[in-house]
Amino acid sequence: MLTFLARRTLASIAVLFVASYLVYILSALSGNPLADLESSHAINKAQLIQQRVQLLHLDIPPFLRYFLWLGGLLAGVIGKLDLGHSPNGQSVTSELSTAMGSTLTLVTGATIVAIVVGLTIGITTALRQYTTYDYTATFVSFLFFSLPIFWIAVMLKQFAAIGFNNFLADPVIGPVTIVVTALVSGIVWMGIIGGDLRRRILVFVIAGAAAGVVLAYISLTGWLKNPSLGPVAFVVLSLGAAYLITVLSTGWANKKSRNTALSVVGIGLVLYFPLQALFNQYAIINFFTVALIVILIAAIGGATGYFWGGVDRGQSVRTGALTGFVMALFLLLDRFLKSWDVYFNQVAQGRPVATIGSGTPDLTADYWITGLDSFTHLLLPTMALILASIAGYSRYSRASLLDVMNQDYIRTARAKGLTERTVIMRHAFRNALIPVTTVIALDFGALIGGAVVTESVFGWTGMGALFQGAINIVDVNTIMGVFLITAVAAVVFNALADLIYTGLDPRIRVSA
Amino acid sequence: MSSPLGQGPAIGSDIGTGPNSEDPRNEKVRSEQFAGDATPAGTPGDGGGSDKAENAIAMKEVEGLSLGRIVLRRFLRHKGAMISLVVLLLVVILSFSAIGINVLGWHTTGWWKWTYDAVPQPENGTAPTLSLIPQWLGGSGIHLGNHPFGQDDVGHDMFARVMRGMQQSLMIILVTGVASTVLGTVIGSVAGYVGGVVDSLLMRLTDLIIIVPLILLAAIVAHLFSNAGSIALALVLGGLVWTSLARLVRGEVLALREREFVEAARVAGASAARIIFRHILPNAVGVIIVSATLTMSATILTETALSYLGLGVHAPDVSLGSLISQYETAFTTRPWLFWWPGIFIVIIALSINFIGDGLRDAFDPRQRRSLGRKALKEKSEARPKPVTDAGPVADAGA
Repeated sequence: MLTFLARRTLASIAVLFVASYLVYILSALSGNPLADLESSHAINKAQLIQQRVQLLHLDIPPFLRYFLWLGGLLAGVIGKLDLGHSPNGQSVTSELSTAMGSTLTLVTGATIVAIVVGLTIGITTALRQYTTYDYTATFVSFLFFSLPIFWIAVMLKQFAAIGFNNFLADPVIGPVTIVVTALVSGIVWMGIIGGDLRRRILVFVIAGAAAGVVLAYISLTGWLKNPSLGPVAFVVLSLGAAYLITVLSTGWANKKSRNTALSVVGIGLVLYFPLQALFNQYAIINFFTVALIVILIAAIGGATGYFWGGVDRGQSVRTGALTGFVMALFLLLDRFLKSWDVYFNQVAQGRPVATIGSGTPDLTADYWITGLDSFTHLLLPTMALILASIAGYSRYSRASLLDVMNQDYIRTARAKGLTERTVIMRHAFRNALIPVTTVIALDFGALIGGAVVTESVFGWTGMGALFQGAINIVDVNTIMGVFLITAVAAVVFNALADLIYTGLDPRIRVSA
Repeated sequence: MSSPLGQGPAIGSDIGTGPNSEDPRNEKVRSEQFAGDATPAGTPGDGGGSDKAENAIAMKEVEGLSLGRIVLRRFLRHKGAMISLVVLLLVVILSFSAIGINVLGWHTTGWWKWTYDAVPQPENGTAPTLSLIPQWLGGSGIHLGNHPFGQDDVGHDMFARVMRGMQQSLMIILVTGVASTVLGTVIGSVAGYVGGVVDSLLMRLTDLIIIVPLILLAAIVAHLFSNAGSIALALVLGGLVWTSLARLVRGEVLALREREFVEAARVAGASAARIIFRHILPNAVGVIIVSATLTMSATILTETALSYLGLGVHAPDVSLGSLISQYETAFTTRPWLFWWPGIFIVIIALSINFIGDGLRDAFDPRQRRSLGRKALKEKSEARPKPVTDAGPVADAGA
């Protein structure tokens, strides 16, 4: 394994070296870096040109100038990393760190949501192969796969931002919309859950009625204008999550696990009020303390599972920790929504969904308000990225699960009388995840380089926008900086994908 | 539900796959027999119909058919792929017949009255004159009008511009697809067959191409060859997107290289080129065709995205992507400028994707035939019956 990694690293470094030389020369040849100064009418034109030539070493031909850049890069080994400057005199390293943070914010959230939704769709379609639900989902994912992302993005701006903001001025949902949504929700859930005719009708009625009641409630109480959860909705949501997690993780019949999940929800209700007080301590609340609170609650959930114990303690611990984690997210959601009124009226002036940028400029407010602000700015670009990647993930996980479900060991598992849940969750799902993991790793590696089109449409100043801007003004140093990060990320995530694959699938051994 | 009638020809064809199966006359007779046989069974409402038709399909597959025939037959049965193929052909014919062809000095005129750079007087407030609602439904009748897709603020006819953009996009897809398929196949098969240092070098070259950013090269092409037009862009795209195909072909060749028929060819004294092109590649054709199709569907999205960023097709020429970018700001005032190019991108990409899906299913040896849920149910109901009849086990029906 070590020899494999060593060989791999050496080969990658060689490839990176050649590629960086190539990119350097190509970008230097792609235009004239002095074009804007030469066409300007400034009095000190000659002096400005002279300054830029000195700053960027333009008097050295690019074939040699590359080695100056490489020297600056290699100096990073002794802690003096120098990737040069952009024409306006800013150092590339500082530019990169800002852009990197902004791109990671955008890409991480989008990837997580896309994985969850894509896997869910992929698995449910595989389990309901050749049903209407499967065909519809297949068609829709092909459709998303064929949509140009800039087209989706512009339409999202028009309908999800401008349209929705207009709607929020008077958020009344018409009866026709409610009925149609209820019917659609009923049909979708009926398709996903399946079963015989009686069960289908039951599912249809329950899902349709639930959707209708929730929408009517939202419309009648003007919830969208002043949304809040409150302790009751919090407990209801947590109970739902506890049920779902238990069913998927161990099955509802497992008494210890069930008791764990329910007692975690109980603990959550007890913690609800003291936590509100804690959340209002604006001085200490920031991203890290909030993350710490989430981890603590998940740990409490795990501990609860440990105390319930039983033969298979690990299962209860897992159920408890997962329930605690989801519950903590609901707690945060509840707290964020409490700040919504202030944000909606004072910061966003009644038009919350933003179409441009990554935050309201010059916003000084507490953690909850700035959190909401990033959320409303992240919403549209994230949706665009998700729509584009869900299609791939769902198709891939569907094919992978179908492949696994035809294996002999699944038949064996069924034959020895395991429940369908155990067969799917423990035997099939885990093995189906192996190829999907590698795809996700590669995708994420590629996205770190920036989603150029998405960033361009939404005015997001991430890696992609930095790269595009640099190409337009022939800013070789910045191009090289972005390229370096993209290429290293691609190489690292490629190696990571291989390692994950070998780690998860014992049949595959890397050959040195 | 399988009737004895359904079993008859099946047995006959089983015997038929013997030594005589290569005889084309036999095959014809047999398929006629099937055709005649399938018609009465296919009457609507007959539960056994699909089961029987499915049997007939199964028997057809054990007939002495060449791989090509089997693949073709499976592809023709894929509804989505066939519909997409027809749609794609219609779109191609529409775009090339409407405003004529103007490539490499070769010039024809189309049946449409405007060209993409003509500037007629705005009429109807530049809104589309297309109407699809007949008069008896309260509409203004089915007619195209002077500017079915509307006009932009200058007066350009949108229909002609969309057709021109489509021509550009389709041409780029085709050139890129052909170039990348040739490159990927040759590089992949040489790497896989020759192995050793050549393999390592070619695969490192592939890695190299993968990590050089596409958008940078597009920018350089835009800068250096601004007059060469979209052909240069298409060739650059083709020179960059062959990498995944090369990897796939290499893997396939690595497996095929060890097979006996390759060894036999080598012993018989065939040259490396002959072995690759005559013996190995025909066996890898499925992978190549499917991958080429999927590359083409990805290319239209790449091309339109580059044109959207201003790095692809340049004004005064148009592509579907550059049209969208040009008219993006007009979305609130003249939404039709934005809708039409987008809809055609989706139509083209969607139909190529479905064709690729159909080809993949057709070439996949594990894919027998996709049975509908009903057919599957009938099949599973039909299966245990003989067991219940034969065995004394009472609860078999439970």
